[in-house]
Amino acid sequence: MLLIPCPWCGPRDEAEFHYGGQAHVPYPEDPASLSDQEWARYLFFRDNPKGPFAERWSHAAGCRRWFNAVRDTSTNEILTVYRSGEERPATPEPRPVFSARPAFEDEAPSGPTGVQGAEPPGGVEGAEPLQDGTGRGGGGETNPFRHASRGRIDRDTPLTFTFDGTEYQGYRGDTLASALLANGVIQAGTSIKLGRPRGIFSAGVEEPNAVIQIEEPFPEPMLPATTVELYDGLVATSLPGQGRLATDPDPARYDAVHAHCDLLIVGAGPAGLAAAAAAARSGARVILADDQPEPGGSLLGTAEHLDWVREVTELLDAAPEVRVLPRTTVFGYYDDNHLLAVERRTNHLGAGAPENVSRERVWRIRARRVVLATGAHERSLAFANNDRPGVMLASSARTHVNRHGVLPGRHAVVFTTNDSAYAAALDLASAGLAVAAIVDTRPEPGEWAERARAAGIEVLAGHAVTGTEGEARLTAVTVAPYGESAGRREFAADLLLVSGGWNPVAHLFSQSGGKLRHDETLGSFVPDTCRQAVEVAGSASGVLDPAAVLAQGAAAGARAIEAEGYPPEAPRLPEVPAQPRPTPPMHVYVVPGAADGPCFVDLQRDVTVDDLARATGAGLRSVEHTKRYTTAGTANDQGKTSGILASGVVAELLGVDISALGTTTFRPPYTPVSFAALAGRDRGVLSDPVRTTAIHEWHVAHGALFENVGQWKRPWYYPRGGEDMEAAVLRECAATRESVGFMDASTLGKIDVQGPDAGVFLDRLYTNMMSTLKVGMIRYGVMCRPDGMVFDDGTVIRVAPERFLVTTTTGNAAAVLDWMEEWHQTEWPELKVHCTSVTEQWATVALVGPKSREVLASLAPRLAVANDDFPFMAWRETTVAGIEARVCRISFSGELAFEINVSPWQGLALWEAVYEAGAPYGITPYGTETMHVLRAEKGYPIIGQDTDGTVTPQDLGMSWVVSKKKPDFVGKRSYARADTSRPDRKHLVGLLPEDPGTFLPEGTHLIADGVVPTPPVPMLGHVTSSYRSAALGRTFALALIKGGRDRIGERLYAPVGDQLVPVTVAGPVLYDPEGARRDG
Amino acid sequence: MADTALTAPLRSPLSHVADRLATATHASGGAIRLAELPFLAQLNVRLDVKGAAAEAVGLALDLQLPLQPNSVVRAGELTVLWLGPDEWLLVGPQGSERDLESRIREAAGDEHVSVTDVSAQRTTLLVTGPRAQDLLAHGCPLDLHPRAFGSGRCAQTTLGRTQVVLVARDEPRAGFWVLVRSTFAGYLADWLLDAATEYL
Repeated sequence: MLLIPCPWCGPRDEAEFHYGGQAHVPYPEDPASLSDQEWARYLFFRDNPKGPFAERWSHAAGCRRWFNAVRDTSTNEILTVYRSGEERPATPEPRPVFSARPAFEDEAPSGPTGVQGAEPPGGVEGAEPLQDGTGRGGGGETNPFRHASRGRIDRDTPLTFTFDGTEYQGYRGDTLASALLANGVIQAGTSIKLGRPRGIFSAGVEEPNAVIQIEEPFPEPMLPATTVELYDGLVATSLPGQGRLATDPDPARYDAVHAHCDLLIVGAGPAGLAAAAAAARSGARVILADDQPEPGGSLLGTAEHLDWVREVTELLDAAPEVRVLPRTTVFGYYDDNHLLAVERRTNHLGAGAPENVSRERVWRIRARRVVLATGAHERSLAFANNDRPGVMLASSARTHVNRHGVLPGRHAVVFTTNDSAYAAALDLASAGLAVAAIVDTRPEPGEWAERARAAGIEVLAGHAVTGTEGEARLTAVTVAPYGESAGRREFAADLLLVSGGWNPVAHLFSQSGGKLRHDETLGSFVPDTCRQAVEVAGSASGVLDPAAVLAQGAAAGARAIEAEGYPPEAPRLPEVPAQPRPTPPMHVYVVPGAADGPCFVDLQRDVTVDDLARATGAGLRSVEHTKRYTTAGTANDQGKTSGILASGVVAELLGVDISALGTTTFRPPYTPVSFAALAGRDRGVLSDPVRTTAIHEWHVAHGALFENVGQWKRPWYYPRGGEDMEAAVLRECAATRESVGFMDASTLGKIDVQGPDAGVFLDRLYTNMMSTLKVGMIRYGVMCRPDGMVFDDGTVIRVAPERFLVTTTTGNAAAVLDWMEEWHQTEWPELKVHCTSVTEQWATVALVGPKSREVLASLAPRLAVANDDFPFMAWRETTVAGIEARVCRISFSGELAFEINVSPWQGLALWEAVYEAGAPYGITPYGTETMHVLRAEKGYPIIGQDTDGTVTPQDLGMSWVVSKKKPDFVGKRSYARADTSRPDRKHLVGLLPEDPGTFLPEGTHLIADGVVPTPPVPMLGHVTSSYRSAALGRTFALALIKGGRDRIGERLYAPVGDQLVPVTVAGPVLYDPEGARRDG
Repeated sequence: MADTALTAPLRSPLSHVADRLATATHASGGAIRLAELPFLAQLNVRLDVKGAAAEAVGLALDLQLPLQPNSVVRAGELTVLWLGPDEWLLVGPQGSERDLESRIREAAGDEHVSVTDVSAQRTTLLVTGPRAQDLLAHGCPLDLHPRAFGSGRCAQTTLGRTQVVLVARDEPRAGFWVLVRSTFAGYLADWLLDAATEYL
């Protein structure tokens, strides 16, 4: 959603504006002097440059002013705006490109300075080992893999849940995945194509395997078990890679809210919390959104600095202008720092969710500044049979232990290419997991390896895992020297912890328009530059050192609010214990060695290295193409753990560097968002406004059926005692033509046009002359586009010498007002005239039929109603039923008729008075269908039904409404174009089926021959309106037919189903062609 | 017959939902107050601020037409909203529209001033209470924080799927007037009542 700066109102959402095409294309001074070619160039040709482009916009939902903007068509950036009539200013420079992590190198504390033998990472102290290694954990009978003391679960709140038909117990604070692991269940599904057993692979949104279906309390498909908070009574089932949509309507509420802030921080891990802490007390409006139930991010998984997390959380809770949004995933980053997030508000409450609180809420956030602290996802490695249940990301296993108090297995092998898995291994070992070996592809793994060995763990440097064994669960891991098949060793293990490096979560940054660059050290892609006001902090920027992450977050938060004019402060950051000296990671994607099983890249799509090799073998050279060829990265998880791996594999297959290959495009949403959440409250009766007139209740009470006309509900017909539509409409038509009927015409658009130049203004917009209209009189008029095609029609009342009241068709009221404003503001600003919508200022009752004069006379004793006193196309001010009224003698049926206009506050009173006064004449309310029949019998077109934007007034047989005297009006020049004078243009004519009972469906085509020729069949035109006529005693239709007026009397054929219906072409006026009924 | 109709009470666009607005107000325990302010006099006034009419009209009404975009001037019983660089909405007590119109026309004299009675074109919803801003944020893209939209501010914008004129009431945190086209008022009332579900 762009933020467009209206020159008057300032920045507003793009949705408030209408686009008006290229600016500075003035209406020619003398269209008549232009050649057809020059006129066509004005009408139809516009520039379409790449880069800065001057264009017109209207602040349609605001001040209604037209203005000009220079927009860069390649970036969508609005470079400048200026008022209508002003010269185009020099094109300003586009916004500069900002570094996503500015000045970081200067501000960050120096790198890690660890010494050998430094303290192990936090969270280890006090940990108790498992009591035994036989499958009975310390957490009690029912949770054999539960750790005795670790985790942030609430052990006083046990929860019962069911998975695949078996009942289990977990605790509040568990995810479904951790609760399953605690019960010794690791397999959570089978793969989509190959049906292989798949286990819980991670501890977060990146999960590719454990995607499950919730059955109760409300069915929901394809949720990662690692993101489902456990609640009592949860019933879930595993899936074969594909879920099932619920068939029952979702009873929950969903809603959306708008929010504005100086600073939006995405992610409440160490960097995000540090950024928020720097801004908390400044007075700046800050939103901190995080997808977990509590702040802390990766610190929750490592159990480090939790006191600091609590301290910052309390600081934020106490700050009045800071809003912390837990369980909230920011999933889309759009133009001008507009971000969308979804907050899961009551999902975690299960059946106990309150009904009046929305289940999920979409936040539409407009932020002055954004700090993305979205963290990093651990990457997997491609080796044989790397998909067995029990293969898990190393950091995720650590998270399960420290957040949920769950050991994902008993006997682990760790397989890594980098330092980060050592901390996980050491922590897990201290929690009681038996780590048989750390297999490191690096020949010299450095200080971290020393520390592991000191803790009694075997480190196999320069080795790799080459295969796995096991069915429902991993049983053994094969290890060999890196790149060799000889010298194998096999380890019995139920857990293989993998770390292939880290991918910064750059999704939102990339969506914002940010550019990524390849980071050689990290072996991944990191944020580089962006045009939006965004910074990236922490591991999302590729920084993995804990102290640097904290400092960078605090600096980013401070910079952001300082730029918005608020004073930042340097927040207290936790002391980070010295770390071992880091050893650079090794960039491994496919683990070399003879593979005797599939090496999976994308677990969720079952895409292997061999599949990608087939793609490159077929000649594909781009990751975008291999993605589409193999479907790698297209599943629910959108390749969070596999995307960079796939790029790496393809790079190896092509023999190029991964930095040259790049990534596939990151598109919203970051994680799947339900359609229900996106629809929010815009469903059912609130899906679109329903407009009703002041008389609506009466129509409802009298059994009207309604027709949607634009957003209006208009009475369609009023069936009586079991009538169908055909019977009701025939009755309403007959009653109106024979005695008197009345209808609610309040929906017609009405525009007050005032000013000394009002007549000139209307002369330029209407095809006929309005300035000569006398006060007290009414004229019918047609408006056309510059191309000469009919745009709208209606009546014009001259209220006073300098004041007119224009009516428009019901559906076109807003468009006509916009049209008038556009011409006035952009082409004729010198005209002294103003246009104001008064559609709702009046309620209108059309009183129609030979007895209408009697009914009116009885209600308006002071009004002289005789034809001589009150002629056709005149209007009078009087009181009708004691209500101040303007009565117009106009007719849309050919009958004597009056339109009575009163204040809508008294509209219902007028309607009821008319109904009562008409009772002696059997007055009949009628709806839009009868109105359509009555007007069609007279050949009056409905703009938008009998026309479609390709029809001129002349095509409608209304040359009389096109002035020959006026030097110019909008559309005039086009009537001299060759195209508008072609003899084979489609004309509006009447059609009479030869069988008077045969009804032609609207849209029916017409052909010349009585036998259908071989295709292509030349079409002569189509039926635009079709009815049964009570007055004519037969069916009839209106149609647009090539050269129709020259075909009157001809027989044509209408293919209806298998039949060819013979029809006769007639003039459009089928009833009372001499107009005898008009004056009663 | 004419005499009976003369005594018929005026019906406002939201008269049929008055009970539901009152019920919601009561059920919210003070968090939200929703009510229609029907029949206010409303005049659309158009004139060129560079001409003599602006000052003359201001004198006649005893106020200064606001020239700052999206701002409001209040004087006595009158409120004037900026709608555009040459357009204002003058809001006054019920029944005052004719008097106001003639005062403006007389003051303007021969200057080109357009005055249109639009009293029935829109109706006014009062949305107040501590959660009023949150309630409107369900569907209004504007920043309604008191820092951005405090006393003296008004704006034409969208709320839900309809266009409205929003006015910040004169005391801080005193809520809003929502002026809505009369035929959209029923939709907007339904929309607001539904949005308020959480606060009831």
